Amino acid sequence: MIKFSDKQLKIPKMARPVYLATSGMSRFGRAFPTLRTEELCIEALTEAADFIKMTPAELKQYIHTAYYGHFADHFGDQLLGEAVIHDRLGLDPLGTIGVKTGGATGGSTMWEAIKAVASGYSDCALAMGWERMDEVPTDEGNHLISCAADKDWETPLGHIYTGYYAVMAQRYWQIFGKAEDSFRKTMAEIAVKNRGYGRMNPYAHGGMKITVEDVINSPVVAYPLRVLDCCLMSVGAACGIICDEKTAYELTDNPLRIWIGAGSHTLRVADRRDMKIPLLPNEEPGLYDDLGKRFPGGDRYPGFSSFLAARIASYYAYNMTGVVDPCEDLDVIELHDAFTISDIQSYEDVGLRPYGEGRDYIESGDGYHTNPKTGKPGRLPSNLCGGLIGCMHAVGATGLMQIAEIGYHIWNRWAEIHGDEKKWKKFGREKPKDWTDLQVKGAKRGLTISHAGVGSHVTATILMHPNHLLKED
Amino acid sequence: MKSENDIGRVSVKNGRYKIKGKFHIIEPNTPIFDDNGKLCGITNPRDMTYIHSYGGEAIFFESLSKGKLMASRCDNPKCDSKDSIFMPFRIYCPDCLRKNTVIDITDIAKKTAMIHSFIITERSGAFNTLKKPIKFINVEFEDVCTIFMGYLTVGEPKIGMRVVPIFQTKKPTYTIMDISWVPIGTPESELPEGFTL
Ligand SMILES: [Zn+2]
Repeated sequence: MIKFSDKQLKIPKMARPVYLATSGMSRFGRAFPTLRTEELCIEALTEAADFIKMTPAELKQYIHTAYYGHFADHFGDQLLGEAVIHDRLGLDPLGTIGVKTGGATGGSTMWEAIKAVASGYSDCALAMGWERMDEVPTDEGNHLISCAADKDWETPLGHIYTGYYAVMAQRYWQIFGKAEDSFRKTMAEIAVKNRGYGRMNPYAHGGMKITVEDVINSPVVAYPLRVLDCCLMSVGAACGIICDEKTAYELTDNPLRIWIGAGSHTLRVADRRDMKIPLLPNEEPGLYDDLGKRFPGGDRYPGFSSFLAARIASYYAYNMTGVVDPCEDLDVIELHDAFTISDIQSYEDVGLRPYGEGRDYIESGDGYHTNPKTGKPGRLPSNLCGGLIGCMHAVGATGLMQIAEIGYHIWNRWAEIHGDEKKWKKFGREKPKDWTDLQVKGAKRGLTISHAGVGSHVTATILMHPNHLLKED
Repeated sequence: MKSENDIGRVSVKNGRYKIKGKFHIIEPNTPIFDDNGKLCGITNPRDMTYIHSYGGEAIFFESLSKGKLMASRCDNPKCDSKDSIFMPFRIYCPDCLRKNTVIDITDIAKKTAMIHSFIITERSGAFNTLKKPIKFINVEFEDVCTIFMGYLTVGEPKIGMRVVPIFQTKKPTYTIMDISWVPIGTPESELPEGFTL
């Protein structure tokens, strides 16, 4: 569709308030030759129980339905892998279902769990996601990922997803980045920022102390993208426990409110037709009338340079929760930084900056924990866990890891989760001598974006402290 | 590689698939030991061939082998998207869900095809048969509402560059690889083996 009816643009409604009671994650790595997937999932669920001082057995007593996100059956050579995990978690005979939406699988899994509780069907639901990308050689892995593109029209062309994706980066780079050195540098700053934050995260496997020059001199994957511009390939699991109000307060005295919006766009970028830009609450009609003048070639929307699915997911989520200006109303966010350049593209889709001006979010210092220009707290820090570039991209777990990470900030327990010496040891990692507490002080509201491939599926999750809502129920 | 006689082949008789040749090769598992010589896993070799129907898109893939680029158009007078031309070919209009009309846009492509975006990559996945580096290009045409993804076989891509389609007519694979692109004015003698203008 390129025109949307009022019925389609209806703001989603949840029949009752929904809460995130707790979250948990496993360690993440490129490969775990001595761990089965269920061991990682049990690690994540046990963490979620520990977090609210319960045993896993006690927590399981509350769970009524279970939602499992796991993108690629091919990778594990196991259909119904969700049923294996469900059994190993000892949750039979509860109702359960698997969710698959590529890179957005984690977010979509949460979408299902939230709807189950919002509707009244369940009072407590488990959303659990994982991925296992280490059980095939890398070139076969590339082929399997390319199967998520159109198998007749794209996959035979090189069996390499990057090729179908990076053409969008190229177009954005030339039209909106004007192929400028300064824009190239801004892309690199994102890699430096996220890999630097990853160093402070014991769960992460992509932390690195690097410079802009290191990024710009790293090998080309598909120009303008270089190795250090790209996200990790990971193994690991993450989960969240979603409840109605009564159950949430039985589990913990500090649950967070949670909402979610979802959007989609064509699997093939090729099929995207020109349309009017849907506006977010902080955008005035007419804002984009001269976009093509300011950026010659940039008048086609969403074209190759924007993600309609992210825009629509944000539209639903912001209007559900009363967010008008995300930079004003939110305190911390986690974006889907699959590539440095797509991170910039998404700043615009989710309204951190107007279309064409995404780079300013980084250049202004707003996106940092501490603004490098002023030394003061960043206005809206992003990806403090390291994101997909610095922490992990275990596809089915990613969206749930992001939600957990935003939760830790609002719970004001970031340092406890990431700073514990014992945890660094347990994961076989060395805590850096310059370890820094990245807790966003006073964080009350956050956003996470979970995004699939070229933008076929996107979810926008909003978390808020219940005493700091923007809108009455 | 399998011998010519062993290659899995499929035909259709009375509306059913008939298969001939080898569709999978069985290889034994092998154990995986860690650095202390302890067992930690196993390999599971798989070699399979899928059987896939092109359905209503078959005409598109068959036409490539004849040097023609077929698109589709919504001709429903009641549809907002009437007259929209789709390339990639869509069997049905995405708006009214009525069957599109198949049209030949070979001439439009020859006269108006232009590079909308591109990427050059040395990377590929298992099973790739394209020469590296692969030059992916997205091709826009006049009066077509979508943008086709393909690959350039001669020259260096640039946004806005005029290109023309070439077709694997001599030894078609009956896949999307049968269409490639070259800069306008490229002589037939410079085309890759098996391709014609
Ligand atoms: Zn139509």
